[in-house]
Amino acid sequence: MPTSVIAVKAVTNGSPGRPRPADRATAEPSGTSGHPGPRHARRWRRRALAAAIGAPLVLGGCNLYPTYGASRGVTTQGQETFKLYSGMMTTGIVVGGLVFLLILWTIFRYRKRSEEMPRQFHDNFRIEILYTVIPVIIVAFLFFFTVITENNVDAVVPVNATVTATGNPVVDIRVTAFQWGWRFDYTGLNVGVAGETTEGPNNHGPQMVVPVGQTVQITLVSDDVIHGFYVRDFNFSRYALPGVTNFFDLDVMHAGTYNGQCTQICGLYHSEMLFSVRAISPAAFHLWARAEVAAGHTLQRSGSSAQDNPPPNTHITNGSGYNTPAEAKGDQ
Amino acid sequence: MRIYGFFLAGIGLFFAIIGGVYWFTSYEDGGFLMLVGSALLGLFPGSYYLWWSAKMKPQADDDPKADIAEGAGAVETFPSSSIWPFILGMGALFAVLTFVFGLWLAPLAATLFLSGAIGATVESRRGGAAGVAASEHTASEHTASEQTATG
Amino acid sequence: MTTTIEPPELISPEEPGGPDGHTPAAHRGEDDHAHHQGPTGILNWLTSTDHKVIGKSYMITSLILFFIAGIMALVIRAQLTTPTASLVSFQTYNELFTMHGSLMMYLFAGPFAFGGLANYIVPLQVGAPDMAFPRLNALSYWLYLGGSITMMSGFLVAGGAASFGWVSYAPLSNATNSPGAGADLWLMSLALTGFSAIFTGVNLCATIFYLRAPGMTMFRVPIFSWNMLVTAILILIAFPVLFGAVVMLFCDRHFGTHIFTVQGGGVPVLWQNLFWFFGHPEVYILALPYFGMVTDIIPVFSRKPLFGYKGMVFATMSIAALSTGVWAHHMFTTGVVLLPFFSLLSYMIAIPTGIKFFNWIGTMWGGQLSFQTPMLFSIGFLFAFLMGGVTGVLLASPPVDFMTHDTYFVVAHFHQVLIGTAVFAGFAGFYFWYPKMFGRMLREDLGKLHFWGLFIGFWVCYMPQYVVGLDGMPRRVAAYLPSNGWTTLNVISTVGAFIIGASFLFFLVNLWVSWRHPIPAGDNPWDGGGLEWFTTSPPPHHNYSQLPPIRSERPTWDYNHPEHRTIHAGRHVKPSDTPSEDEKVGASS
Repeated sequence: MPTSVIAVKAVTNGSPGRPRPADRATAEPSGTSGHPGPRHARRWRRRALAAAIGAPLVLGGCNLYPTYGASRGVTTQGQETFKLYSGMMTTGIVVGGLVFLLILWTIFRYRKRSEEMPRQFHDNFRIEILYTVIPVIIVAFLFFFTVITENNVDAVVPVNATVTATGNPVVDIRVTAFQWGWRFDYTGLNVGVAGETTEGPNNHGPQMVVPVGQTVQITLVSDDVIHGFYVRDFNFSRYALPGVTNFFDLDVMHAGTYNGQCTQICGLYHSEMLFSVRAISPAAFHLWARAEVAAGHTLQRSGSSAQDNPPPNTHITNGSGYNTPAEAKGDQ
Repeated sequence: MRIYGFFLAGIGLFFAIIGGVYWFTSYEDGGFLMLVGSALLGLFPGSYYLWWSAKMKPQADDDPKADIAEGAGAVETFPSSSIWPFILGMGALFAVLTFVFGLWLAPLAATLFLSGAIGATVESRRGGAAGVAASEHTASEHTASEQTATG
Repeated sequence: MTTTIEPPELISPEEPGGPDGHTPAAHRGEDDHAHHQGPTGILNWLTSTDHKVIGKSYMITSLILFFIAGIMALVIRAQLTTPTASLVSFQTYNELFTMHGSLMMYLFAGPFAFGGLANYIVPLQVGAPDMAFPRLNALSYWLYLGGSITMMSGFLVAGGAASFGWVSYAPLSNATNSPGAGADLWLMSLALTGFSAIFTGVNLCATIFYLRAPGMTMFRVPIFSWNMLVTAILILIAFPVLFGAVVMLFCDRHFGTHIFTVQGGGVPVLWQNLFWFFGHPEVYILALPYFGMVTDIIPVFSRKPLFGYKGMVFATMSIAALSTGVWAHHMFTTGVVLLPFFSLLSYMIAIPTGIKFFNWIGTMWGGQLSFQTPMLFSIGFLFAFLMGGVTGVLLASPPVDFMTHDTYFVVAHFHQVLIGTAVFAGFAGFYFWYPKMFGRMLREDLGKLHFWGLFIGFWVCYMPQYVVGLDGMPRRVAAYLPSNGWTTLNVISTVGAFIIGASFLFFLVNLWVSWRHPIPAGDNPWDGGGLEWFTTSPPPHHNYSQLPPIRSERPTWDYNHPEHRTIHAGRHVKPSDTPSEDEKVGASS
């Protein structure tokens, strides 16, 4: 009967491949049970890597991204986020699915069949290197696509610009969150809309009207505690942080009404802090703006665009942290 | 002992590197200082262990061929039953409740805390917990010389 | 050709000749009944410094708090079953989710692992008579009990308990927005339990560094104890920061400082930075002990040694190191953090975690798996953590985080990882070491019912939450609109939650039955490998009267199965060591 020393040596030299079904039926000496060999496992890992990286690329090329329950996004930024999400979900399902199947296979294949002691191997350098290196490669890919997408999602036109670099008009909206409602100040148009969700089953709070196809630059601030500005169909959220002025751009591509809600716990009526965004054609938008002014819904802040005069001690950021030491210290 | 010196010094080195990267890529002071603190947390004890391990004899528990008999004799001083942890714990509880409910709790907290601190210290000086437990087999033994050096 | 292998001589660790020269025990364990005449009854409990008593106290206290927090969760789920339910008021609802999270995170998951099981098992696994600082150990427990009472007493004060979430973001948690003693009690409770954890961390480090038995080199320490060492270091890094932040917030609330308020020149987001510098290592402090439990259990029920021991050690250290650099991935939506830095480090944690998964699978591969309750729960952990971990990788990407932050997608993710670790792996450890701690077996059939109820309820509860989160349902909401279309998924999730709750009834019945109609466990009912299985169940006072030679990470297995010893474990034993030479070393003492 082989001793365990010899059995361990066999493992480190690489054992012969996967036992064929005929082998399993016979009583095997303890030295050859079960271990499939590094070459087989390596082929499997290569297939997994190819599937994990290839699937999202192939699907993306055909614009057949599965949604996996998310919104495809109605803004250009939201669509970029969606593509990244869909690709990552596909990768996750492939990789996670393979590990899941591996666990499932193991617990069925290696169920206790006899009192025979299994071979007491406890490492295999080549396989260990393999399953270290492959996750590194997958992570590198994910990070690469993440950085590209994130730069696109967070890109903003310069503050106070009225047109983008390509000549698209910019609408500036200052969004103020407060306990427990929202205020939308259209700084260039002298329109101000504010509201809180009142009790009632289908009231969706104040509505922010925006033009389709133009760039909307949001300046997000808070009057009191932290709130979350979140619109599911934009695939986007950002905190309204007291002491911080957040900027982000939204380029809405499809007309429609999109629900939004506060996502950061802000006190008693957090679940009631609803709002909505309605995207309409630019012509209709300007008609709407004139009607709002006529109805007296004007800006509640005096003076010119509030973006020129942020409150003191405010950190201004477009989402990716501070770009200079001066910004970090609050001198803008 | 060298191995934990390396382990802790390695932690310190890791945080020093990450802290450096963080400082030059973001301008955020709070996180940077916390990373510096963590680096020091690793470097201080790590360098101490590395320095000491050079001066010490190899320990039985670091010797892969050591026999159990090499650890024969008293291992350490292990205090037995002692009321003082409970007293100290209650003192801490009432101390924080003083902050919440008012100064009227302060005398109780102070009494418990002080008597606990004094009691625990006196107990240690006497070489073990008072009372019946003093007859416990490890209550008053002193350690072998190597272990005193590390204790 | 066969070799007859004799078991090595057993050597007692306490030879005559020490200063007090007490006689060796005639029978293991009986000696202590003769000598140990300490206080009895409740005075024994109040004054005990024995790590076994303290460990059991921690486990009982934390399990009681687990069930309380679980009931809070069931009330939350009941409220969310219908859109505009008014089962509880908004204020009560906010208190419920805050206290559910706080009890689970601060008072159950951590203390059960490092105060409870680790306190009991680590000294046994390294061959020590007790923890390095027994009175400090006892103090840790009393601080923990005091802290738990403090937090729960929030419900008894006017204004109710804390209601700002377990993370207590400023400025919601300042005196203006959260007046009342409930918030102060919550903060003070964190101060007490924080120090409890710090002292336990100190104790674990000192015990594992100094009190190992001869021959137990660092690379022969069982992985559970290794993980506890790394956890202890993380505790020392993270909890002092929490304490500092809590003190600062308390000063803002009561002593007129303006650290976190804009009006006084403060920076609210500083709270988040400080909290999450603690908070992210905290979730790894919660996870690593449970990883360690599973890593000790799977080899036993596979009848093979752990695959990739050194890889596990380095993976654990990598996870811990990286976890301290990723805190701001909880703050991606603030707009003031350096996104690529934290994103990259967060992605990188997936690599050592993957290594651990493959090592667990490699341990089972080629083994003879038997599926007693501890193994069932460990496999349940593997599945639960796999999915929770993969969704975590998604959240490491800032754009994906923008679309899922503070929605039920995140709620589902962290419940899957936390229940995977603290509940599946935690109960695996409890079922595994219960015979050692109490000397009796838990019933297998009830254990299996517990497992299947938990496993089924777990998926039924959390899969709909992923869907509803992607559909836009935020977290921490007491109500939603019927027009949202989230009702059906919430109903399904609630059903799952109640199945989970019901499964614990089997656990409680199991405990009762095992107590009233005990089946003696013997020293080693599972044929385990760690040193703890060498002594009696329960262990005698000061744990060991005899120890086997320690030549691998499975000394008890090597002693019981000399023909299937672990070779190559630990870098000092060379392949050239023939069995006879190794035996000579053991027998020569």
